[in-house]
Amino acid sequence: MAQPLTLYQKIWNQHVVTRLDDGTCVLYIDRHLVHEVTSPQAFEGLRLSGRHVRHPHATLAVADHNVPTINRSARVANNESRIQIETLSRNCAEFGITLFDLNDVRQGIVHIIGPEQGLTQPGMTIVCGDSHTSTHGAFGALAFGIGTSEVEHVLATQTLLMQPAKTMRINVDGTLGNGVTAKDVILGIIGKIGTAGGTGYVLEYTGSVVRNLDMAGRMTMCNMSIEGGARAGLIAPDDTTYNYMKGRPYAPKADQWNAAVNYWRTLPSDVGATYDENIELPANELAPFVTWGTSPDTVVPITGVVPDPAAEPDEKKRAGMERALEYMGLRAGMKMQDVVIDKVFIGSCTNARIEDLRAAAGVVNGRKIAANVQAMIVPGSGLVKAQAEHEGLDKIFLAAGFEWRDAGCSMCLGMNEDQLLPGERCASTSNRNFEGRQGRGGRTHLLSPTMAAAAAVIGKLADVRELS
Amino acid sequence: MNPFTTLTAVAAPFPENNIDTDIIIPKQFLRTITRAGLGKSLFFDRRYHADGSDKKDFILNREPFRHAQILVTGENFGCGSSREHAPWALLDFGIRCVIAPSFADIFYNNCFKNGILPIRLPQADVDALLGDLQKDELWNITVDLGKQTINRSNRPTIPFDIDPLRKELLLGGLDDIGVTLQHAKEIDAYEDNLRAQRPWLFA
Repeated sequence: MAQPLTLYQKIWNQHVVTRLDDGTCVLYIDRHLVHEVTSPQAFEGLRLSGRHVRHPHATLAVADHNVPTINRSARVANNESRIQIETLSRNCAEFGITLFDLNDVRQGIVHIIGPEQGLTQPGMTIVCGDSHTSTHGAFGALAFGIGTSEVEHVLATQTLLMQPAKTMRINVDGTLGNGVTAKDVILGIIGKIGTAGGTGYVLEYTGSVVRNLDMAGRMTMCNMSIEGGARAGLIAPDDTTYNYMKGRPYAPKADQWNAAVNYWRTLPSDVGATYDENIELPANELAPFVTWGTSPDTVVPITGVVPDPAAEPDEKKRAGMERALEYMGLRAGMKMQDVVIDKVFIGSCTNARIEDLRAAAGVVNGRKIAANVQAMIVPGSGLVKAQAEHEGLDKIFLAAGFEWRDAGCSMCLGMNEDQLLPGERCASTSNRNFEGRQGRGGRTHLLSPTMAAAAAVIGKLADVRELS
Repeated sequence: MNPFTTLTAVAAPFPENNIDTDIIIPKQFLRTITRAGLGKSLFFDRRYHADGSDKKDFILNREPFRHAQILVTGENFGCGSSREHAPWALLDFGIRCVIAPSFADIFYNNCFKNGILPIRLPQADVDALLGDLQKDELWNITVDLGKQTINRSNRPTIPFDIDPLRKELLLGGLDDIGVTLQHAKEIDAYEDNLRAQRPWLFA
């Protein structure tokens, strides 16, 4: 009998073109997503070496990191941003790559639009010059971020040189409590394994909680695998996956659909497959979480308090905590629900899908945001925005006092005008709370869309369960 | 890419864990369409005040570390985004080698594409190096990639591990696209097979 294999091992084995002497593999890449920030130097490299793009049809480009989220019809004001966006257009035209440009309703955050278009499929290898490419793992695709040199490598060869990763299974069984979302599941996991816990591993999320999540929730989980140190996170495909994909523009068409599904059904990890590491996280250990520090593993329940560095025995860790508290302007022992906020950002490749906006609107409906808060909704794509408007969600947000923006990465990383000012504090549905991430001196608290909506209404970090 | 063989240079101690890519090079410098010129923006928020003047106590603003070509730092260095601007900024500043107990995967990988040698060492070895740099003013270190050793005067040699292929590419300053293209026929054959097995990928 054949040796039982994990989902990761199956995808890896099926994509090895050849194995070199030292074990490094030439790995075939099925899909390549390209954006404006990490690609210009790659295309320039191709030009300098006289190389072409091996498979333009396997490549899709979109501008998202740098784009304005208001006044879309006007010229992009920032010179460098405009040049970068125009450079992407020129490169796509020159190398024959499909581009969803700024006026295309399909434009949006690269990790939102891949799944939305049906481009993301089980069993694929998918790369992009962006660390949150792990998002696509929700479909049972091996998807990971790469640097610009590797972007050039994939454009030129449709492959990468890689060594296999170790495998880690993270099993979440049980039932999620009231107010606990996919975002809280992944924050709980990162809190447990730490920001380097997954380094060198590909994660596979299993268990009844994961099975019961919709695709949006699964994408939220896989998206933040990189915050746990893992380049990729995986969830086995199932009927939830296929039902989501069927009929999407780039999904296999009628005559090939059944063959594709039959293949996809062979992918889930075999019974008896073993992992290098196994983690159990019972659902009853999860709560609506927020972060208090400048690293995504600084997770506490919303009912908790800012931890005390004095209780940390490790000297370097203690110094890191003290630095984080100073940066964040917090004191040990302070209740998280007493933390007053200035801004709320609902958006990013982590939490800007229609399901996220529906959940946030459910909390906001009929309420107003607090007087001390500026809040914005940045949909993940033009299509998400259109769908939300079709459902009237925009009216709920606008009536509550939110700004209703166009699609892009926006304040998740603050490359465009959407930034925090020094000292400003933000409740954010994004994925990183690093120093300066959302603007120099800005302070970020990561949380779920419903928790962000609750914070907007209360004006402080708040427990969404008390707002029902 | 410049080959990396041996390097004798000043090493700067930066003993902090989880230095992320936003700290190494903040977002406003990612709008460039070239690789060059990022060195002046390396560690921008740590290195400069809001008015643009130097923060005098930041390690790379002090002598002799202004001329450092080696960085000795904490665990999980380079965590966060995939931006290759991080190694580009280090390289443009002059850093050719980063020594840490651990690195984030994407950053580690990106270093090799740019002729930077990232060395993983046990925490005890990193602590010994940091001690030499911070207390004993033994600022010059020799890194020998061929022998896989780190040497300082009057101190024991520290060995390090590295993947054979990565070592070969660094020593030769070789372009790994070139290595892959030596297997072009195998890629062609793989694709022919894939087209037959999973035709929807090519529809």
